[in-house]
Amino acid sequence: MTTAEGHKSSGIGRDVVIYICILALAGLQFVIAYQNIDASQMFVRMLIVAVIEAGLALLFFMHLWTESRSLMWFVLIFTVFVLLAMQYGWTDSFRLLGGAPWAK
Amino acid sequence: MSHADMTMGGHTTGLTAGPAFSVPAKKLAMWLFIIADTATFAACLLAYGFLRNATPNWPRPFHSITNVAIMTLILITSSLTMLLGVRAAHAGNKSAALRWTFITAAAGILFALLHIREWFGLIDEGMRMFQNPWGSGLFGASFFSITGLHLTHVTGGVIALIAVGIRYNSGRYRADDLEILGLYWHFVDLVWMFVVPLVYLLNLAH
Repeated sequence: MTTAEGHKSSGIGRDVVIYICILALAGLQFVIAYQNIDASQMFVRMLIVAVIEAGLALLFFMHLWTESRSLMWFVLIFTVFVLLAMQYGWTDSFRLLGGAPWAK
Repeated sequence: MSHADMTMGGHTTGLTAGPAFSVPAKKLAMWLFIIADTATFAACLLAYGFLRNATPNWPRPFHSITNVAIMTLILITSSLTMLLGVRAAHAGNKSAALRWTFITAAAGILFALLHIREWFGLIDEGMRMFQNPWGSGLFGASFFSITGLHLTHVTGGVIALIAVGIRYNSGRYRADDLEILGLYWHFVDLVWMFVVPLVYLLNLAH
């Protein structure tokens, strides 16, 4: 199905529902910000909500869902691989906090 | 072997095959740009996270979420208006497509103005690129870099929305061009979904 066909087959109602879902999830992030939890828990919860928001926007607002499956898998796999490949430095950031004399 | 043989024969499928991933070249180019830009923003956010982890006196200067909540509402709503514009363009309704595209651009301008107002508020409180009254000076560098990069994308998007909207109205661009620009605009919205929790909400003063 092409994206133009996707526009025709899915009504405006679905777009509005996705919009409301994304708004609700954004609101949930603000609620999490005022929860009495530590920063790491807050970070994980907010990140999970942000990933769900981004997924909805990617699949339905950007119509990746109605594009060819090969494009969808190319974009998702390539992007996730690049993002995961960037995660190697986190342990070093904590080492700086514990090891550097100026961090005390 | 004749030219007809070359183009009709089974050994030349590379010459006659359809576009990659069955999408137009312009749209594929936009997807590739979005992937590259994702890496750019991810690198900035990772650098910010690295600095935040490694810095004990990281400032938490935000006392109110009102401004950022309004900015988020505007940007998410502008994604919906962009969708409506693209839908109208595919339906052949030029005036509605132009109207929704300009409403999206107006939302982008409003977002940028609120963002700049927030920047000036922080600068008035003493925040600079490498110093601030609350703690590590690196906060300003990461904050202005990330939000500045996003603001640049919004500004570029607004200019593109106006330019493409005008050219679509004059018949030089088609509905597909508006749709491709829509991809960019939704991406700008998508990035904001990560900037808000990581840069603003995790730095709320409790």
